[in-house]
Amino acid sequence: MSVLLRTEGVHKSYGGVQALEECTVQIDEGTIAGLIGPNGSGKTTLFNVITGYAKADAGEVYLSDRKITNSAPDKVFASGIGRTFQLTRIFPSLTVMENMLVPCRGTRAADRKRAMEQLEFVGIAGYHAALAGTLSYGQRKLLELAYVLVADPAIILLDEPAGGVNLSLVNNIADRIRELNAAGKTFLIVEHNMEFVMGLCDQVTVLDSGTVVATGPPDIVRTDRRVLDAYLGEDIGEAEDNPDSVEGP
Amino acid sequence: MTSEARRARLTAGARWSALAILAAAALLFPVVFSNPVVTNYGVFALIFVTAASAWNIFSGFSGYISLGQAVFFGSGAYAVGIAARDWHVTGTAVFGLLPLAAAVGAAIAVPFGLVALRVRRHTFIVITIAVFFIFQLMAFNFSFTGGSSGLPAPFLPWQAATYNDPFYYIALACAVGIITLAWLIRRARFGLHLRAIRDDEDRARGLGVRAMRVKLAAFTLSGAVTGLIGGVWFLYLTQVEPQTGFDPLFDLSIVLMAFLGGLGTVAGPVLGALIIEPGQLYLTVRFTNGYYGEILLGALFLVVVLFVPRGIIPTGGEWIRKLTTRGRSALPSAAPAEVAPELRDPASSGPRGGVG
Repeated sequence: MSVLLRTEGVHKSYGGVQALEECTVQIDEGTIAGLIGPNGSGKTTLFNVITGYAKADAGEVYLSDRKITNSAPDKVFASGIGRTFQLTRIFPSLTVMENMLVPCRGTRAADRKRAMEQLEFVGIAGYHAALAGTLSYGQRKLLELAYVLVADPAIILLDEPAGGVNLSLVNNIADRIRELNAAGKTFLIVEHNMEFVMGLCDQVTVLDSGTVVATGPPDIVRTDRRVLDAYLGEDIGEAEDNPDSVEGP
Repeated sequence: MTSEARRARLTAGARWSALAILAAAALLFPVVFSNPVVTNYGVFALIFVTAASAWNIFSGFSGYISLGQAVFFGSGAYAVGIAARDWHVTGTAVFGLLPLAAAVGAAIAVPFGLVALRVRRHTFIVITIAVFFIFQLMAFNFSFTGGSSGLPAPFLPWQAATYNDPFYYIALACAVGIITLAWLIRRARFGLHLRAIRDDEDRARGLGVRAMRVKLAAFTLSGAVTGLIGGVWFLYLTQVEPQTGFDPLFDLSIVLMAFLGGLGTVAGPVLGALIIEPGQLYLTVRFTNGYYGEILLGALFLVVVLFVPRGIIPTGGEWIRKLTTRGRSALPSAAPAEVAPELRDPASSGPRGGVG
């Protein structure tokens, strides 16, 4: 299986805070990869560096061996990386269909048809004429996923897709991701919902203080001592005494 | 035919009928109202329809509020004046210089935009004001601009009674051109990208929108049209001075016109200009103290921003929709079959509320 996306020794600091330090991650083509870690561990910063929203101080980012380090967001998108945001970012004064057409090559009938197919896929086609600003939070999540999908990127980075949405919608989103992955789409997902990550991902990478502390299949990662340390501090014994304190499957 | 399709057909029919009536009224205006005092209102109204619509295709669509549009307007006027003087262009041949006014507007917009469009919101506004004052000062101090005396336009040997009519039709052609352009842009991918930038520029960039290129293209187009109409204004008034060519009230007026009618809509700036410009002219004529008009303009700006912030067209549209739907939401009220059940459940709506 070939590596689709990889970061090599990425460093990023904000003022005196080291957000990423020697961060090396690689995502295989056709997989669903998870990126987890406590708050402030650098997950979203890594997303920002990969997608051009933040500039790396050092290190490289490659997409299929093509260097895309510090490329502008529009160029990163054109190269084949689509992303969603932790706090959903749609275009509220545009209609749902217009939102879908923003990443398209045009606004012709063929583009509209493709956009409608994606809206049907995520289940909000009925709202295509509504202003996006009138959608509920969960619907916005689906819209954001749909307009990333319409551009057919090689890899999709999802930042907390299950954050702030109810359980049935979480399952709906997970089902859509599985379907797309079965069709060959690659995903990198940042998520705090451990059940969601562990049930969905083929491989999980754990970040702590901007550094990768563990990488591997979910079953291995969730028992990794360094992961428990990262989430619960040094006192593993306490965690073992109180297993409910760790979200798990 | 379904009732929805019938309603859509009726709406389209009503729209085209209204457009045809408006076109006929615009064409016949100087014929019906041949008094030069009245046609003067028409010429100025159309000049400002063009200027406000040109401002709107950049600022209204992209959300970048420019207060430096007079830079293009004055430069267009001066370009025609300087070219006519230096190349000894006289008579009606002077109208052949209008494309030059547009070219000068566009040529200034490119470096202006490359500097100003790197920043956003209030910083962008401040830069546009700064550039505006630089141009006004240059007009005052350079010898080729005629200094504080400004420049006269070549004499046009036309009858006084019908002098305004050719200007009316030239301004009408400019207005129709920019309205058509604005309509086409709003429907095109270019316009969609501008409106996406207005909502969330960073997000738009992350979806492949080349924001700088799109903004600069709109800014340049807007500058070209404003330069062109500045040239028409100069030939009509037969003179340009630094304080009239580069007039801060010009910027305030066109912004107010767009806000009053509806920022970012095609019809909004047109309606705003048709209300404000004749009103301003009337006040100037009615009251000998010219400052009354400016005070009222400022007061109107406050009223619009406070009570009709979205403008007449969007607010009026909403009222009409409420009336026609008798208070029911015009948005899809029930989720269709293919929508997942949780999306139909109001309880599943997030913190910002749902559609249904």
